[in-house]
Amino acid sequence: MNPQNGSGMPVFMIRDLTKTYVMGEVIIRALRGVNMELFSGELVVLLGASGSGKSTLINILGGLDNASGGQVLYKDQDLTASRDKELTIFRRNNVGFVFQFYNLIPSLTARENVAIVTEISKDPMKPEEALELVGLGERMDHFPAQMSGGEQQRVAIARAVAKKPSVLMCDEPTGALDSKTGVKVLEVIQTVNLRLGTTTVVITHNEAIGKMADRIIRISDGKISNVSENKSRVSPGEISW
Amino acid sequence: MNALNRKLLRDIASFKGQVAAIAVIIGSGVMVLILFATILEAINQSRDRYYQGHNFAHVFTEIKRAPESVSERIRAIPGVSLAETRVKAPVRISVEDFKDPVQGEIISIPDGRQPDLNRLYLRQGILPEPGYLNQVLVSEPFALAHNFQTGHTLRAIIKGRMETLTISGIVLSPEYVYQIGPTDLIPDYKRFAVLWMNRSALAGAFGMEGAFNNLVLSLHADADEQKVIEAVDHILAQYGSVGAYGRRDQTSNRFLQEELDQLRVMTIVLPAIFLGVSAFLLNVLMARIIRTQRQQIAVLKAFGYTNVQVGLHFVKFTALIVCMGSALGVGMGAWAAHAMSGLYAEYFRFPEMDFGLQPATVVLSILVAFGAGLAGTFRAVAGAAGQAPAEAMRPPAPERFSKGVIEQSFLGKVLGQTGRMILRNISRYRFKTMMSMLGISLSGSLILLGSYQFESVNHMLDVQYRLVQRMDISLSFNEPVSSNAMAGLAGLPGVHYVESYRSVPVRLSHNRLEYRTSILGLDRDAVLRVVVDKDLQPVAVPPEGLLMTSYLAGYLGAVPGDLITVEVMEGHRRTLELPLAGTVEEPVGISAYMDRPSLNIIMREGPAISGAWLLTDETSHDQLFARLHQMPQVAGIGVISTAEANIRGYIEDTVLIFMVILLILAGSIAFAVVYNNARVAFAERSRELATLRVLGFTRAEVAWILIGEIGLITLLSIPVGWILGTGFALLLNHAMSSELFRLPFVLSPAIFAFSALGVIAASVLSLFFIAGKLRRLDMVTALKTE
Ligand SMILES: Nc1ncnc2c1ncn2[C@@H]1O[C@H](COP(=O)(O)OP(=O)(O)O)[C@@H](O)[C@H]1O
Ligand SMILES: [Mg+2]
Repeated sequence: MNPQNGSGMPVFMIRDLTKTYVMGEVIIRALRGVNMELFSGELVVLLGASGSGKSTLINILGGLDNASGGQVLYKDQDLTASRDKELTIFRRNNVGFVFQFYNLIPSLTARENVAIVTEISKDPMKPEEALELVGLGERMDHFPAQMSGGEQQRVAIARAVAKKPSVLMCDEPTGALDSKTGVKVLEVIQTVNLRLGTTTVVITHNEAIGKMADRIIRISDGKISNVSENKSRVSPGEISW
Repeated sequence: MNALNRKLLRDIASFKGQVAAIAVIIGSGVMVLILFATILEAINQSRDRYYQGHNFAHVFTEIKRAPESVSERIRAIPGVSLAETRVKAPVRISVEDFKDPVQGEIISIPDGRQPDLNRLYLRQGILPEPGYLNQVLVSEPFALAHNFQTGHTLRAIIKGRMETLTISGIVLSPEYVYQIGPTDLIPDYKRFAVLWMNRSALAGAFGMEGAFNNLVLSLHADADEQKVIEAVDHILAQYGSVGAYGRRDQTSNRFLQEELDQLRVMTIVLPAIFLGVSAFLLNVLMARIIRTQRQQIAVLKAFGYTNVQVGLHFVKFTALIVCMGSALGVGMGAWAAHAMSGLYAEYFRFPEMDFGLQPATVVLSILVAFGAGLAGTFRAVAGAAGQAPAEAMRPPAPERFSKGVIEQSFLGKVLGQTGRMILRNISRYRFKTMMSMLGISLSGSLILLGSYQFESVNHMLDVQYRLVQRMDISLSFNEPVSSNAMAGLAGLPGVHYVESYRSVPVRLSHNRLEYRTSILGLDRDAVLRVVVDKDLQPVAVPPEGLLMTSYLAGYLGAVPGDLITVEVMEGHRRTLELPLAGTVEEPVGISAYMDRPSLNIIMREGPAISGAWLLTDETSHDQLFARLHQMPQVAGIGVISTAEANIRGYIEDTVLIFMVILLILAGSIAFAVVYNNARVAFAERSRELATLRVLGFTRAEVAWILIGEIGLITLLSIPVGWILGTGFALLLNHAMSSELFRLPFVLSPAIFAFSALGVIAASVLSLFFIAGKLRRLDMVTALKTE
């Protein structure tokens, strides 16, 4: 295992991770024992059908949710043993999230949407810098409602990376976008991964997107079914779906 | 400013209509709290300062006549600090260009100096100079009412002799903060005066040289007032004492205390209502905001905002609204306190009264408002703070609806699709519907309360002046006279009919509870003064035993059949026991009644009377008064129509203003609640409504869903408001019933209709505002937003 862009140091170690949801009498086993590592600086695409457990997995990795069993180690920190307060600090210092529906705060401008995160971070970029990085230097003072979906998603990426997180979690970042805009967003993610060396996880159910990754991890029915390495990464500009 | 605070301000701006409505209600709450607390504080402080600075006495008593030497024995009573003997007498005054009779009291002060007790506050001029017989001080309100200045003269009939008196100064006295005549309820500064004169001059006029007929005492801090009173009564019994009494029974102080008690009730009840409603409105608003911002909250948390930071964000939201309301309330409260100060200064005469806002009052009011605001939003905010971050990333599942009871009944078939939606919305958000109904019915109840109060006060006055007191003029004599005098009265100009009464001051006691009042002896078949039962039917005074107002019977814990101990405070001063024959229901005052002949028998006297009531022809009043002025035994002349006009004027000044405030506030509550709920309902349904429009529903059909829901809630709230209002009225009735008057509990259909109309009007008005929004409902954007 020697990914192109990874230093080879595992950032995450996941062992026998399970997650069950109890809904009345129904028990849903969203994760049934996941084992994997994520290496520093690599870009991983997590592929799987809808309902296979992808979101559940990165929500736990990102400290948004608690596991039901198993262990998640982030560097030396045992996330499965961390309490809400520690998880909050973990998220604040280390994780950037990008969601399918952007989830910008509608009452704040692009710049302010980024600032709201940099204001609580230790050594962040300037909001302007982050927005330049995603190619939105011109539109800093626009409100979400004044921007297209692709632009909003790029603001969301700027927001996620502005604090210089060590991991970037993107849950179906192109899910709500057409392919052309989707490609642009993926390009930005790639740029961030290359320039800042941020360990990046991109969730998708779209096979084509896998080509941009260092590694593709397939998940089905709450388990890792296959891990494959790409010999060389393809730039998102050359991908189409 | 950081981004989160910027979000806060923009959120507030986007809810400005509702924020303003809530801020106004909070402002109203803070206003009434500040208003009443300020008045309470102002009166309390002025009173304490005045009483202390002017040595207001602790114990008071009137006697027929006692030699000055007795005062040494009084001073020797343990606990007595200072004792001051005085001469006090009723006077009749005639003021140029003023036809009505003017009654007065004239009190002695030591020659040329301030008294030790009840020192006077000299507003203008000087004390009467020693040796001058005709110099007087007059009370300020009387002087103002007739435009008297130092140096002016007035004429008084003292012991039947007309004297010309020169005003040497204008004063205020702690004894007459609330300055009313002995038989009045409401001050009449034109027709009642208090004068002070040098002791030697007054004693000379009344043949009281070397004697006194009035005594005031101050006590040491640790003295037992009751023991002192008993000792004083013991010493003075043989000199014709009517019994000593403490500040509690001193007229002016009693009215003052009464007012303070009522203010205290108001200070708690009204702000509680307004702040309660605003807490409810804040709850609805914050719950709605937090619901729609679920995803935003989740993002903040995903990026590392702590629970406390998220919670604080929404607390700040509430706090800002409370701040706006408080600012408004403090401003309005200061203004209202200033506006009301004139009213209180008119009725309560202190040398000075400061209605300025006290910092402590302001701080306290704002704290209370914050408390209410935070209590109202606590649940919603705690929910937001504790929201699990991952949970919120998923879009909310469609709300669960079900067919309600109504729908399953036959009504379901009659209802159209829209009707069904209305019902489902209402029953789906059961808690919110209930809270809305509570808010609306609360305002309905306040409207009812306001109009109830007005009606019942009017009713009370109608009973008092149409049913109970039917005479035109009430005369009281200096001393009991024989009933033969009636014939003389009947012959006076313009007098159609005369009825007499006997009034005896007594101390009634039962079960170790006692009360000072007088027994009014009524002629058999009296028609000018009627006692009524609770159905307002005339009650015949029984030949044996006592009748009593039920308030007094309740106070003494007596029921008909019980023996009441009656201590006669006039003449022979016997103590005897009389059975309580029954209770009567009079709205004003506290009295006991007896058959006059039986009262005469108890007093061991012939057919004596204390006064008379006349039916007269108003056009010959001038001649009548002129003749009455010449009769030395007539101590007081009361014109009932003037008394009624005074009291109605007072009611208009106070109750009416108060009611108008209450109605405006109640209306604004109704408006705020309905408007708020309609806005929230509109915001939450705009997607649904737009969808219906897209599907081809007309504007009217779509509007009906919203209007129908609001209308239905409003209609359902009306009867609840009636019930609540009736309850409030009952409570108010209880809280406000006093020795002075008891409001009758009358609920006419009109006030129910009024309450319903008020609520409907407020609803229609807020629907009118919503209608504009509905017209502008943009199908495209409504469908886009989550
Ligand atoms: N809060 C929840 N309660 C109950 N079931 C859930 C919850 N979240 C996810 N699930 C279930 O867990 C499984 C995995 O969901 P998810 O991780 O969201 O899948 P993916 O993101 O791959 O589409 C699904 O069957 C989903 O229905
Ligand atoms: Mg998912």
